[in-house]
Amino acid sequence: MHGFSDYSDKVLDHYENPRNVGEIENPDASATVGNPACGDLMKMTFRIVDRVIVDVKFKTFGCGAAIATSSMATELIKGKTLEEVEELTDKAVAEALGGLPAIKMHCSVLAEDAVKAALEDYYKKHPEDRR
Amino acid sequence: MKQIYMDHNATTPLDREVLDAMMPYLTEHFGNPSSSTHIFGKIARDAVEEARGKVARLINARDADIVFTSGATESDNMAIKGVAWARREEGNHIITCKVEHKAVLDSCKWLEKEGFQVTYLPVDRYAMVDPDDVRKAITDKTVLVSIMHANSEVGTIEPIKEIGEITSERGVAFHCDAVQAVGKIPVDVENLKVDFLSISGHKIYGPKGVGALYIRKRVKMVPLMTGGGQERQRRSGTLNVPGIVGLGKACETAMRDMEKESRRLVALRTRLLEGIMNRIDHVYLNGHPENRIPNNLNLSFDYVEGEGLIMSLKNVAVSSGSACTSQTLEPSYVLRAMGIPDATAHSSVRFGLGKSNSEEDVDYVIDLLEKGVRRLRAISPLV
Repeated sequence: MHGFSDYSDKVLDHYENPRNVGEIENPDASATVGNPACGDLMKMTFRIVDRVIVDVKFKTFGCGAAIATSSMATELIKGKTLEEVEELTDKAVAEALGGLPAIKMHCSVLAEDAVKAALEDYYKKHPEDRR
Repeated sequence: MKQIYMDHNATTPLDREVLDAMMPYLTEHFGNPSSSTHIFGKIARDAVEEARGKVARLINARDADIVFTSGATESDNMAIKGVAWARREEGNHIITCKVEHKAVLDSCKWLEKEGFQVTYLPVDRYAMVDPDDVRKAITDKTVLVSIMHANSEVGTIEPIKEIGEITSERGVAFHCDAVQAVGKIPVDVENLKVDFLSISGHKIYGPKGVGALYIRKRVKMVPLMTGGGQERQRRSGTLNVPGIVGLGKACETAMRDMEKESRRLVALRTRLLEGIMNRIDHVYLNGHPENRIPNNLNLSFDYVEGEGLIMSLKNVAVSSGSACTSQTLEPSYVLRAMGIPDATAHSSVRFGLGKSNSEEDVDYVIDLLEKGVRRLRAISPLV
């Protein structure tokens, strides 16, 4: 697959109008995954109140699919409990976007990794919340 | 919305006058040039020979030294494998460089499996091969040197004349993939001292699926295609008459327009480069600053990824050396060979200007780029 002609309308929409862009100040959890040398870098920050993700923001350096998967991942976890967020999979992110070209599936994996890494950061600071 | 095509290093549209030249050979003049017993064959044969002359004139070759092929990939394969097979008893060493087209690199890799040894010369930060490296790499086993004329990604023009001096002194065959140079800058096979030179139709406003290989007289080579013995036994297969007529016309047109069009393209490219540099910071030029073909501009935009940026140029066709536009997830091997860091390589965009582009197009693209870069940098964790 080359370029963006194979992207679904949802991918294009999330690329053009990414949701939850930015960075939460003094977040309860944060993580950066990927590497600019590999072409993808995602940063997620969470505000967590009573084991619920009340706010989430992301910043991404990457292709259209990387931006869209980060945006969709934030949509999927916002307002969810920690247990629900733990269940998030790369497949769910890709499906919510109406699918991704095979060569771009690694972007949804990175989005899941970013969410899970931020969650891990939270549990490190709040081991009592890990169930 | 107007579509702007700025990817002329990938392919060019067919020129109207090329199409007009081809049309009679797609319809009423359908003869097989190998049919010597009737007028249908003769008309086709005459058209092929006329085209051969036009191709030859563009590169200052003898008509008889032009062989028509299906395109530059075939020409590259034919020269590299053909020389290797023909000179197998004399030696098994080939020299090429790391930024060649895949048609050259993969032909060399294929020959390595056949027992050949290949030296892949490095390039400098501008993608330039050092002729002295060629000189040092030649051994008594070297049968072929293959170095491209101009790089398709970054536009750098290689020191072909200097390399040609070295190979001719040492009696080594010299192949040059000149796909990106022919029709854009003067290419003279005598001056350059090349033995083989690959040409492609669709890079010079001719049809796809047709190309040519210049083969210097008496330089040994085994044909890849055997069969009917067309093209003086050097490339069998029924000739693609309309394609060949189109290639001939494209060469004739390129020769006529080259000087004027090159000047126009250099001015457009300068406008594009200066416009971008004046309005966007942290932008880097990839390739040689002066020694480059007129229509190519390759830039890296720090903190944004190439495909992500290209997507913001919705109705503009450009390409990128970013992994995300390739099948491999690796950034461009050309940019890597130039020592460009991976993160910068991922941020590259190639602009290939051509006949259809105007100053208005360039100004429009600068506007879009400025907006796109600003938007993407705002969401980039690297800023």
